[in-house]
Order: sequence, then C-alpha cells, then structure tokens
Amino acid sequence: MALDKIGIAKRIAQELRNGWYVNLGIGIPTLVANYIPEGIEVEFQSENGVLGMGPFPFEGEEDADLINAGKQTITTLPGASFFDSAESFAMIRGQHVQLTVLGAMEVSQNGDIANWKIPGKMVKGMGGAMDLVASADNIIVAMMHSNKAGESKLLKNCTLPLTGVGCVKKIVTELAVLEIIDGAFHLIERAPGVSVEEIVGKTEGLLIVPEFVPEMQL
Amino acid sequence: MDKVVANVSAALDGIEDGMTLMLGGFGLCGIPENSILELVKKGKKNLTCISNNAGVDGFGLGLLLESKQIKKMISSYVGENDEFERQMLSGELEVDLIPQGSLAERCRAGGAGIPAFYTPAGFGTEIAEGKETRIYNGKPHILESALTADFAIVKAWKGDTAGNLIYKASARNFNPLMAMAGKITIAEVEELVPAGTLDPNQIHTPGIFVQRIFQGEVFEKRIEQRTVRKKD
Repeated sequence: MALDKIGIAKRIAQELRNGWYVNLGIGIPTLVANYIPEGIEVEFQSENGVLGMGPFPFEGEEDADLINAGKQTITTLPGASFFDSAESFAMIRGQHVQLTVLGAMEVSQNGDIANWKIPGKMVKGMGGAMDLVASADNIIVAMMHSNKAGESKLLKNCTLPLTGVGCVKKIVTELAVLEIIDGAFHLIERAPGVSVEEIVGKTEGLLIVPEFVPEMQL
Repeated sequence: MDKVVANVSAALDGIEDGMTLMLGGFGLCGIPENSILELVKKGKKNLTCISNNAGVDGFGLGLLLESKQIKKMISSYVGENDEFERQMLSGELEVDLIPQGSLAERCRAGGAGIPAFYTPAGFGTEIAEGKETRIYNGKPHILESALTADFAIVKAWKGDTAGNLIYKASARNFNPLMAMAGKITIAEVEELVPAGTLDPNQIHTPGIFVQRIFQGEVFEKRIEQRTVRKKD
C-alpha cells in the first residue's frame, strides 16, 4: 500500500544521523521532526534564524516573535540560538547544515528540481530553496510520485522553471525510495505492498530497477 | 549621540515619491508595523520596497499594496497575499524575486561596502539570466550585486537613545542587514531606554548604523500561522 504523508516522513527520518544539523522545508518535510529514531540526536535549523527548533508551543504560550520559515509558531530546545538571515544562509551555503529535506513539483533524472513557480498561474517565490539546493551536499526530496492530474513528477526533464540543477540525490515518495546516479533514477526501496510495475508505470524518467527491490522497513 | 525622534511621523520625514525603501521582517515577524501604518497615512507613491515578504491582505506591506503605493517589490517569497498576486499577474506591480540567502547577503553587502559577490544560488535557473558566471572550486557561481536603499526601516525589541538595537528571537531576520544598508536607517523599538542601559555585550546592531530611533505606539504582532499543541 502506498504510504501517507506520515509514512514518507518516517522513512526520511531513518536517514538522520547523530550530530547532524538539518533544514526541513514546508509541508511533509516538517513532519520528519516528529519521527527522529531513538538514540539519534539532531538539531533543526530554520532559515529565518533559528537553530534548535522545538515542537509547537502549548496553547496560550505562542510568541509572535518566534516562528519557523513556514511562519508557524514554534518553541526552542535547550542549546538553541538565534541569528540574522545572512548568518543563517552562511550556515547553509557554507555547508554547515548536513541535510536538507524539501518538497518539489518536479524532479528530473539528472537531479534538477522545480518547486517555486508555475508560469502565469502560481508565483509564490523561491524563498530559501535556491540557496538550499545549490549548496547542500545532501538533499532529499519528499513528494508524491504523481501530481494531482496523475502525471509523473519524476521526469526526463523538468518542464517548470528550475530551482536548481543537478542537485537532488534522493527522493522519497508514497511509493518508493529512489536515488539519482549518473543521470538516472535508481529504485532503492518500494513501499510495503507496492509493486515494481506500479513504480515503473508512474516514473516518466529513466528508471534503473535492480533484480531485487526490498520493501521499506517502517 | 542622541538619535531619538519625537514620533513615527518625524521618523519618516524625507521619504518621497519614487524612493527605495528596505523593510525588515520575515512574514509578519519583526516588521516595522508602526512605520508601515504611517507610510499609508503619508501616501507617498511609486515606492520600491525591498522586503523578504509582502505582508498579508490587510496587514504589513499588504496595506501599502492595497493603497497602490508600491511600484516595485524586491522579495524572496510572496505567497500569502491575494492582492499582491492580482497586481503582479495583471502587470500593475513590478516584482523582482530573488533567493532569500542572496537577498540577505545583498543587503549585508550593500551596508558593508562590497559591491557584488559570487553565490551558487540560482545557477542554471532564470535567476541567473544576464548575470556573470564563474567557476570556483569546480562549481558554477553567479554574480549578485549589493542592495542599498534611501531609507531602511527596521524593528527591534529594545533600543537605546544612541541607536543600539537588540532583537528578540526570530524577529531579528533581515533587520540587522537592512539597518546596515540604508542611507538613512529608522528603527522602531518596543522599548526605548537611555544610552548606557543596555549591555554592550548584547547589542546586535551598533548605533552607528541607525540615524533615527523611536518607541512604537502599537505592536499588534499579528501571527500568520498559529500552531499549537495540547497539554496532555
């Protein structure tokens, strides 16, 4: 069965390693913070100027001055720090952040990503996404395998304006974990009960399928 | 040096039609809300506003959009504002969207006497069109130029009469960078204290960057996304 958003977040959380600083984008990526594996200690960075982000505040304890990059009210954990936006992106561009997780509208088989603009329809802006994808060594995209019209989001070439080129290394969808190596998607794992055929059918770009594709362990 | 002005109206003295303004804040967090209300009252037009976001309908920079005082916005993310989207898609409003880290660094550079810098952000995208590119350490970068403004308007938590500023939590964001980049920088603060009251060790923006300071009258501090958890 295909995963729900929580399942995708849980699978991505398995990628976390002890001591990492991690930037989580808006949407499914934010949920990853709820499923940190036992024994793993990470610190979450929010590009609006927070390290050591904690959970949402208790009702009545919200502070308008303390939000994350999704403009949600948050709290901080012991050891947290605040800084300005230039210093925040120094952390990102300077590769002091070990993992970036973000959503996408399209990813191509060579690792291009598009997630900020649909010409003539939706222009929200790129926010920090272009800085994040251009700088991070380790980028995981969390997204659904197909868009609302049922079209594959894993493409030969992106059709929407790009956010970054050749930068995505790993993708986790409701159906599969895929890696991008040498201009192709490689199927690494499939969601429990999901067939290889379904994943092949829903992937437009070049997909390399090994003989045995293990199921995700969640 | 005393930087104190009597009120918000005096603070904004000299802002004219067609000028470029920087406004601090991320979303509605840390925006100079008293100054924005006063800008609406003064009614100056054809403004170019540099701000990470464009407010929301009915608050923050959304107010200046509704009164059609903004000619051009330079921002990184503008997703929460219907009036903005309408004006942009209809061509009434010029919009320059730039990566958030580049926006921050361009303000910092403007205040720091660095005319331009290379960054990897945006290479291979439409942001890079017309910009010089260069390979450093085997990786392509694009040249981004510094930003300055006729007036930078920032919001701080505490400030003293000498213009030293301390921000609170994530309300810091773009404020210290824009404070550096304004030809004239106006700071509105929640609490204004005599020089010598704040601990020099704790100052975020040294007073040298601030020309005018005043204590704001109202801070509504509207929350865009109120997210909470229940006590068990």
